[in-house]
Amino acid sequence: MKKILWGIWLILSLALAGFLGVQISQGGSQDEFMPGAMTHGHHQIELQCDACHTSPFGGDDMLQDACMNCHGEELKVALDSHPKTKFTNPRNADLIKVLDARYCASCHIEHNPDILHPMGVTHPTDFCMQCHQDIGEDRESHAGMGFETCASAGCHNFHDNRALYEDFLLKHQQDVVPTERAQPETELQQYILTMGTSWDKDATPSPAAEAAMTDEIHASWLASAHGEAQVGCDSCHTVSNTNTWLDKPGIEQCQSCHEPEAEGFLAGKHGMRIAAGLSPMTPAQARQPMQLDDGNAHRELTCNSCHSAHQYDRVEAATSACLSCHADDHSQAFNASPHGALWQQVEQGQRPMEEAVSCATCHMPREVNSVFGTDIVQVQHNQNANLRPNEKMIRPTCMQCHTLSFSIDALADPALIENNFNGQPSTHIESIDMAVERDQSHQQRKAKN
Amino acid sequence: MKSKSVKTLVAGALATVTVTGTLLVAGCQGESSGSAGIEPKVFTDSLFAVMKSDRTNYTKLIVQRLGPNKGGFIKPNEHWEDMDEGAPLPAQMFRYGAEGVADMTDEFTYSLQSIWPINSQNAPKTPVEKEGLQYVVDNPGENFYGTETLGDQQYFTAVYADVAVSPACTSCHNEHKDTPRTDFKIGDVMGGVVIRVPL
Repeated sequence: MKKILWGIWLILSLALAGFLGVQISQGGSQDEFMPGAMTHGHHQIELQCDACHTSPFGGDDMLQDACMNCHGEELKVALDSHPKTKFTNPRNADLIKVLDARYCASCHIEHNPDILHPMGVTHPTDFCMQCHQDIGEDRESHAGMGFETCASAGCHNFHDNRALYEDFLLKHQQDVVPTERAQPETELQQYILTMGTSWDKDATPSPAAEAAMTDEIHASWLASAHGEAQVGCDSCHTVSNTNTWLDKPGIEQCQSCHEPEAEGFLAGKHGMRIAAGLSPMTPAQARQPMQLDDGNAHRELTCNSCHSAHQYDRVEAATSACLSCHADDHSQAFNASPHGALWQQVEQGQRPMEEAVSCATCHMPREVNSVFGTDIVQVQHNQNANLRPNEKMIRPTCMQCHTLSFSIDALADPALIENNFNGQPSTHIESIDMAVERDQSHQQRKAKN
Repeated sequence: MKSKSVKTLVAGALATVTVTGTLLVAGCQGESSGSAGIEPKVFTDSLFAVMKSDRTNYTKLIVQRLGPNKGGFIKPNEHWEDMDEGAPLPAQMFRYGAEGVADMTDEFTYSLQSIWPINSQNAPKTPVEKEGLQYVVDNPGENFYGTETLGDQQYFTAVYADVAVSPACTSCHNEHKDTPRTDFKIGDVMGGVVIRVPL
């Protein structure tokens, strides 16, 4: 009897091992290996285990490399306040015993939803106190503040403090609301010249292009920036380096001219699945509320999802395209908000696009970047780049139209964000006041000396 | 006779190989023990000489000459990356060097500290750092050497005085909002460079 039981155990074990082995070696579903649900940041690529686990033997350093491969540049741009280099000196041995800030995964543990805080943080919320517990002695204004308030009250972030550091607060303490609200834009020919993209403007359309052409397509193209720049059918509808006609060009064709935009798209929630070698994202796969009716649930998200083919209408891409999928409270409140009212004037032709606020104005802001020494305006297509913590949005977007003080207050009010800023902030964050008070005391002390 | 000659030749060849091999091994050992045998004190003293020279040059030739105290072409500032004319503070320049070294080797580490730090994270915190920083203040011209165990690793720790070499040092520290001391003069010990070598 015992032998039979052992035999059954052995057969079942071998069958299980065989099944799992095939799953790994054949690249099948890896659901079975998932130790716990992923965070909102990574759930889209959760079945692409080797996106993070690049080697079975790498350990912490291998995981750290994976983090930095995707997020390293973002941290550099954010002028990370706590880079790894601040913790590697042996004098910090006691600190890293408590909080090993050399590794992202010390605070951002994956597969552990039970201990997950906002922004993917899994470390208890007292992490600031490990090093700054005596801040109340250095700053009277901070005495008695709870340890949980440092990074949750709109005053400080662990990584990105570009809009929150003391000198910046002082510099903008007396800002007035800007009167000019025009967003920057680079003229098309200048953009093309700077980016160095080129195509054959005089190319004769191929027979395949002639066959596919309709009056509607021609009219749409003619009214688009592609029409203005004479980017003909075959420039996009051809497989790179061949003359093979392509019915539906993909991101490979777009990025041959729009590399920075494609790079942003692939780095954000919209394109990260494609970047990881998976099928494109669909609304049905999202964790937040989405429009799932009329076949929308399984529409694959590519460049053409927002930039409809041939038209490439920037007005449509800036808001309507977003709202055709996003159905959370903040998105649904847009049209009734002050921002939405301005945008409706654009849609009705009463206001230039550059003077209004669309979804993209805040979530895909225009950035001035230096390319080969020339400043040009590019749209950041990684909609996550300034999303969390939301203070990242202050400088590139909010401060284009609002004061720093108002921006900080508004972004610290969750109810105001939910109704898409339809009203005034219900709370006031005192960080500018504290900075001003400390500066005045310092100036008085200096005058006495 | 012929057989004896062959034996002699073989013996001679063996002797030559043996002697050459011995000399080579001895040579290698000598080279090996020589490089491993640099005294930590000589090592850290040499490192400090390079650090001090670079630090003094940046402070005098760049910050003092081009900064607000003279030319006014650059603005040395903690947040220099956020300013068009911004330039790293000498202390930041020193830290960037230390961080660059940490990326390349773990054979030694270094940092700039003070018992009057502007950033409280740069105050001495291990017993050896505290003793060393106080020693170089109390004994101008002298260095401090000690050993300590941090984590599970024993270190040779050397502390060298960091002296105010230009008005750029004293005016900035004396007037800074976070400074615990406002009467630094040129020539004063303002802090110390702490160099550690794992033993």
